[in-house]
Amino acid sequence: MTAPPPVALAALARGLAERSYAAGSLVELALERAARAQSGLNALITLAPERARVDARRAHQHLASGTAGPLAGIPFAHKDLFCTRGLATSCGSRMLHGFVPPYDATVVERLDGAGAVCIGKANMDEFAMGSSNEHSHYGPVRNPWDPGRVPGGSSGGSAALVAAGVVPFATGSDTGGSVRQPAAFCGITGIKPTYGRVSRWGMVAFASSLDQAGVLARSAADCALVLSVLAGHDPRDATSVDRPVDDYVGALAEGVAGRRIGVVRQYFGAGVDAGVATAVRGALAVLERAGARLVDVDLPSLEESIAAYYVIAPAEASSNLARYDGVRYGHRCADPRDLADLYSRSRAEGFGPEVQRRILVGTYVLSAGYYDAYYGRAQRVRRLIAQDFARAFAEVDLLAGPTAPTTALPLGSSDADPAALYAADVNTVAVNLAGLPGISVPAGFVGGLPVGLQLVAPAFAESRLLAAGHALQQGSDWHRATPAAHWYG
Amino acid sequence: MSAAMDSAWEAVIGLEVHVQLATRSKLFSGASTAYGAEPNTQASAIDVALPGTLPVPNAEAVRLAVRLGLAIEGSIARQSVFARKNYFYPDSPKGYQISQFEQPIVADGRLAATLGDGREFVVPILRAHLEEDAGKSVHDAFHAATGIDLNRAGTPLLEVVTTPALHSAAEAVAWLHELHRLVRWLGVCDGNLQEGSFRCDANVSVRPRGATALGTRTEIKNVNSFRFVEKAIEYEIERHIREREAGRAIVQETRLYDEAQHRTLPMRSKEDAHDYRYFPDPDLPPLPVAEALVESERLALPELPRARHRRYVAALGLSDYDAGLLTQERALSDYFEAVLARLPGDAKLVANWIQGELAAALNADQRSVAATRVSATALADLLARIKDGTVSGKLAKDVFAAMWAGEGGADAVIAARGLAQVSDDSVLVAAIDAVITAHPAQVGQFRAGDDKVFGWLVGQAMQATRGKANPQRLNELLRLRLLPPL
Amino acid sequence: MIDDTTLDHLGRLARLAIDPAARPRLAADLDRILGLFERLKALPLEGVAPLAHPHEQCASLRPDAVTDAGGVDALLALAPESQGGYYLVPKVIE
Repeated sequence: MTAPPPVALAALARGLAERSYAAGSLVELALERAARAQSGLNALITLAPERARVDARRAHQHLASGTAGPLAGIPFAHKDLFCTRGLATSCGSRMLHGFVPPYDATVVERLDGAGAVCIGKANMDEFAMGSSNEHSHYGPVRNPWDPGRVPGGSSGGSAALVAAGVVPFATGSDTGGSVRQPAAFCGITGIKPTYGRVSRWGMVAFASSLDQAGVLARSAADCALVLSVLAGHDPRDATSVDRPVDDYVGALAEGVAGRRIGVVRQYFGAGVDAGVATAVRGALAVLERAGARLVDVDLPSLEESIAAYYVIAPAEASSNLARYDGVRYGHRCADPRDLADLYSRSRAEGFGPEVQRRILVGTYVLSAGYYDAYYGRAQRVRRLIAQDFARAFAEVDLLAGPTAPTTALPLGSSDADPAALYAADVNTVAVNLAGLPGISVPAGFVGGLPVGLQLVAPAFAESRLLAAGHALQQGSDWHRATPAAHWYG
Repeated sequence: MSAAMDSAWEAVIGLEVHVQLATRSKLFSGASTAYGAEPNTQASAIDVALPGTLPVPNAEAVRLAVRLGLAIEGSIARQSVFARKNYFYPDSPKGYQISQFEQPIVADGRLAATLGDGREFVVPILRAHLEEDAGKSVHDAFHAATGIDLNRAGTPLLEVVTTPALHSAAEAVAWLHELHRLVRWLGVCDGNLQEGSFRCDANVSVRPRGATALGTRTEIKNVNSFRFVEKAIEYEIERHIREREAGRAIVQETRLYDEAQHRTLPMRSKEDAHDYRYFPDPDLPPLPVAEALVESERLALPELPRARHRRYVAALGLSDYDAGLLTQERALSDYFEAVLARLPGDAKLVANWIQGELAAALNADQRSVAATRVSATALADLLARIKDGTVSGKLAKDVFAAMWAGEGGADAVIAARGLAQVSDDSVLVAAIDAVITAHPAQVGQFRAGDDKVFGWLVGQAMQATRGKANPQRLNELLRLRLLPPL
Repeated sequence: MIDDTTLDHLGRLARLAIDPAARPRLAADLDRILGLFERLKALPLEGVAPLAHPHEQCASLRPDAVTDAGGVDALLALAPESQGGYYLVPKVIE
């Protein structure tokens, strides 16, 4: 028997407000499902039932007195790179195993303020570096659609929890596709907002000019509701943009009538699976029927996006991760001989191989004699990519293509050549380089595995993305499908 | 240093001064910058570099940087860039220091200084950039360990870098004094060397006189007094010359000055040249400086100390020495100007009183000018009473002391103590006649040509009036009375 | 081409101890990754300025106020080694 189709987030919230659901019931349900699904999915690093129940009771009081926020009593999970005061935050790494932050990230504060109840911290690729969630100190996460496959990464745990129906939404982060690609692999909706739209305060940094907090949920409408809580200026983040937040929920009804959608030739490159391409074109046809007009577009510099991204992101990461040295927090090696030993052994023990590789690459491309050839050139390519997008958006309203070239890979694929795996990020990284918003929405199945359609919009046009995603979901059923396997009994 | 060495070699010196900006909070966090707190009580989550923390620049630090940049005639970048200087050291918690590299907030500039012999020289300034300070290491308080205090980590610094345009330790110290005076004058920095608010590093090299290429340089760091900076640079110049004359190459390195042994020594843990891998800090978009800020700071710039010194000499006729003392500290100089405004034309009198009685009283009470117990207006009142003859200069000092003790203004004290000067001729003549009668021997000596004894006689007459005689009138009348009878 | 000298250098710069047994595989992986970047060298990039931040924005500043008043215990408590209010590291000689 398949699980019942998921209820929209707005309906859940309404149900709680109208007392159709008992106040703590959704949270209890989520906690129970999380516990049962854990051995099969390994999607959580920390489950926090006591804390969740306290928060649920507080939400109940607010609901009773009519002072509840828009997500009061709704259970969810935070990707384990958002600092949660008093709750372990590991970033999927041994380096921060047991680290309990003394403060909350802005994303955490805002969801808390909206009354949502965090049931735990989702598993992730270590320090957000990876596309399969196999690079976690806490073990790989499994794809709810096929436990022999990866859920995508780095927000794999968040995606798996939502796809398996444990929670209706989860936070994620996206630096090169880490919200969108897991959403695609897991058949759910994931949005990465414009750079600077959501505060990075308290979101552990991987690559600071590329990182953005994102939302994984069952639909564009659900994403809109959560994003409207998260978005906004934060003076604690100097890259946060001071700009009014659009009415994302209100804009959903705008649909795609009259929208020109540019189908990006570079997104249908040689590495893209034929079945995936077909499915994505099928989804685009749905949008056409809903009133959109498809146009072929060419963004030549996107072919350089992997090179640029894998220079810039590791470079910034190598610097961002220098603070992990065993001195003020985090892992410290036993009996260091001297300072040099303290540093190099603590870091070698604390970081997994993928993180170490990226730190070394990043150090290399910034080092004397190589900066101009690598980092300097990558930053110039970055400008070309941004210019290509800008030129395209003068002609079209949205850009489209498959989110990922394939469906979910089998577990163990990351043991192969890391460079080859990096290349699979080609459809997502350019969006981060240009700081634009992107969304992945379910677009069908190939061999029983989900496929994602990616839409990209100009900066701060999240409403347009969400409306288009919503239009697709009103004309299709893919987002309502749930995995056959029962992850929680 | 021998004269022969002197003529064969030219020393070339560049200075880097870390000026701690006088802000309440840090450059990128809201922690306090107050000196002397218990360890790690002024280190916020940002300063400790907790995961997920982010820097946000302090607007006042930017304002102070603009102020100094304008005062040194630099150009202010309307957009400058923060860059990460990546290196590992326990006092640098992020594993990088946020500094400025290719696009500093201030470029170019110049500051003149004057040597002891009066020679003025101008030092071109390459740049001044914003950066955060590191924490402190404590090496000897823990067993086999070093303790790290991050209170200072994140404090705002403006690093002022000169071109290598100085050629002697004397020039270097004179210039450093000039910059030190300027930053205090502007309220940009408190200039407290002991507390590390003003730190001087010197890059030293030598080259054969007449050569244009620079020799290998060494850097002297962490010298915390002007006297030791001078000694350290002198030593280092001599060392360079000694080595070069012996045919040995200079190793490019960082050295510390050993005050006990009067020599420089290489720093031990500094490794072979760091590769700092500078890149623009992705957490910080370009730093904006609004036109309005530049204009308001430009308009608010006070008369700078060198210009004021020149004016005091040229327009007020003060000696170079006096002008120098009166332009050391802005508050004192402004006090002088306030008193002078009431007594224009009496610059010397005012200067004497400020350098004399006022300075002594402030010192005795360990007060700054701001906390003076006699205001500029009050002092002006007193000096006016000297000028109009109400009280003698000598007695005025007693009046001042009474004013300082809180007994009231000049007129009140003079009245209360009955110190008004006696200028009534009949009273003065009576006193003089009494002295002449009492001291015939000295009178005789004077009439015989001994002019020196006149002063003694004046003193006696003054005593007879209990110090209240108007000295000029007393002098005149005494001379008249001492003339031999016709 | 990542040779032993380069690996040593990078390991030192990044303060990462590299297990000798892992060196060959690591060097090979790094080489392949660097291979992805080769195409950058041939691109015509004259006249193109680097893009450090995606948007044309300036940093927002904050007023000069002391907003962080203590909480030292909470922060120091996170440290693996501390004493007397100081963070401890193996003795450093300057």
